[in-house]
Amino acid sequence: MMCRIRAFEDAAEEASRGGVAAFGQQAVGQAQVRGPLHLSTGQEAVAAGVCRHLRPNDYLTSTHRGHGHTLAKGADLERMMHELFGKATGFCGGRGGSMHIADFSVGMLGANGVVAAGIPIALGAAQSIKIRRVDAIAVTFFGDGAINRGPFAESLNWAAAFNLPILFVCEDNQWSATTKTGTMSAGQGAAARARSFGIEAEVVDGNDVGAVSETARGMIADIRAGKGPRLLHARTYRFKGHVSVDPAIYRDPKELEAALKSDPLLVTAAQLRAHGVAPTEIDAVLQAARTEVARAVETAGQAPWPAASDAFSQIQDTGAGQWL
Amino acid sequence: MAVMNYAAAAATSLGDAMRRDSAVVALGEDVGRGGIFGQYRGLQEAFGSERVIDTPISEATIMGAAVGMALTGLKPVIELRVIDFALCAMDEIINQAAKNRYMFGGQSHVPAVIRMPIGIWSASAAQHSQSLESWFTHVPGLVVVAPATPQDNYGLLQAALQCGDPVAYFEHKELWALDGEVDPGQPVPLGKAALRRSGDDLTIISWSKAVHWSLDAAEILARDGIEAEVIDLRTLWPWDREAVFASAAKTGRVLVAHEAIQVAGFGAEIAATLAEQTDARVARLGGPRAPVGYAPVLEAETRVTPSRIAAKARELLAR
Repeated sequence: MMCRIRAFEDAAEEASRGGVAAFGQQAVGQAQVRGPLHLSTGQEAVAAGVCRHLRPNDYLTSTHRGHGHTLAKGADLERMMHELFGKATGFCGGRGGSMHIADFSVGMLGANGVVAAGIPIALGAAQSIKIRRVDAIAVTFFGDGAINRGPFAESLNWAAAFNLPILFVCEDNQWSATTKTGTMSAGQGAAARARSFGIEAEVVDGNDVGAVSETARGMIADIRAGKGPRLLHARTYRFKGHVSVDPAIYRDPKELEAALKSDPLLVTAAQLRAHGVAPTEIDAVLQAARTEVARAVETAGQAPWPAASDAFSQIQDTGAGQWL
Repeated sequence: MAVMNYAAAAATSLGDAMRRDSAVVALGEDVGRGGIFGQYRGLQEAFGSERVIDTPISEATIMGAAVGMALTGLKPVIELRVIDFALCAMDEIINQAAKNRYMFGGQSHVPAVIRMPIGIWSASAAQHSQSLESWFTHVPGLVVVAPATPQDNYGLLQAALQCGDPVAYFEHKELWALDGEVDPGQPVPLGKAALRRSGDDLTIISWSKAVHWSLDAAEILARDGIEAEVIDLRTLWPWDREAVFASAAKTGRVLVAHEAIQVAGFGAEIAATLAEQTDARVARLGGPRAPVGYAPVLEAETRVTPSRIAAKARELLAR
């Protein structure tokens, strides 16, 4: 899964060159992936380690940096790429793009363009699970920047007060857009804040998929057993800029250099080699993922655009949009 | 058929819906005790605290959680207490509830009724007295409703729950005690205005509490032989163009009167549409662009009243 996410992000990044005017760059108009593209390159172990313990009927909400979570929850990679290309065959028929990627058929209730906005939505899904007496849980991924928004604090309180089946996952890539999160955040971080509401929380190395998986497994088992909400704080690092065209010149190159040494794919490969897996076998997994993604890019390029009239469909049943 | 007040009509309507459909739930502050205006009275006793949910004072999360509930098979009725407090939940209403279905290409629906009581309510001052319904008419994805009578509060709440879209539902805080006959078997469709009084000389278009002031204004005008037609819009989006255009064609003069501030109020939309598409002469009357003050003299100075509506009508007739 980590290889598929890496391959997807790399291909999306490639297709997005010249796709948005920001960070001193101009859009050229021919990019296949347009607009803000938030890549989770380097953060793959968090999505993979958590989602491997989820079932199709568990619910998930994500962030603007949500490709990895969506893939890990089981969404079809090809339809995701089609959505990034804005095509009719994408998950949202070209209406959403990268920031609104979703696959409700696998319980993925949407990425979100607003920081922390997915948290209360997952909370409501968890309450709905309880009301409808369904055997499932809800999981919400959010970033380190999101813990400074009100809905995070409100949702921790609410989840504890109602003892809801929800896992909060703080995917801490250390950067709030172009600002270092540590300089903007008081206290000891997401786990400490959760504990202050009586929620059990743990901090893990988010680049070690084994550690993420092991901690998530235990927490999810507790949640399924009715023991209430849990918070997992996974420390990782954002390899790319805030969006794909952001060269991230505001950060010390040495910081990235150091982070690249603990690339979750390298960490995993080393662990696998230590367990006797042949390097060629490991390479083959990444190669297969890149082949799968290349095929998706190819079909996305050929897929049809949405009809112009789709601008006015799927808005509402009563009083839908129109030119007046 | 029974006589009940506007608050009881809402509670009865929601109770009837909850009995019919186990997916309907209500959540918000103090709903378990019946809501601060009695509009949820008896519901937690009847349906339990799992379906009539008392929540923390967390407006953003009340609304956000309701979106999560709606996406996973429930039909939440959200109590935001007063429109002024709903401002704490604007991201969740505008970016999440209203946009969800479109953004995700129709994979999802957000059936939800968002109750945000409006209006000046004696001595409640600047943060408990606003009428911000026009903001919501601007947002694709939302249906906007403002009932003026107990019958309409019963019937429009039913229609709002059945329509499947997120509905911005504006009850008026000074109408809770208004008594009226309620026939649960009489449906009130969304998007249909009600003719409250017939007349040939001019049309007054209104909604919510201002309908009652408009009817009082029509009485004042009638003393001078001026016959005003009064139309209660009931649904602001989609609004009943057919009824408004038909009345405009009949009287040739249309005044839109509402409690909300006149500047960029929904009256501007109706007046502009009539000016573009009909030969009618149009006028608007809304509140002044001033916060609502606490002292009686300050509050009174910002109120739209029957006499102010009647005066505006005479101005329009003289043009």
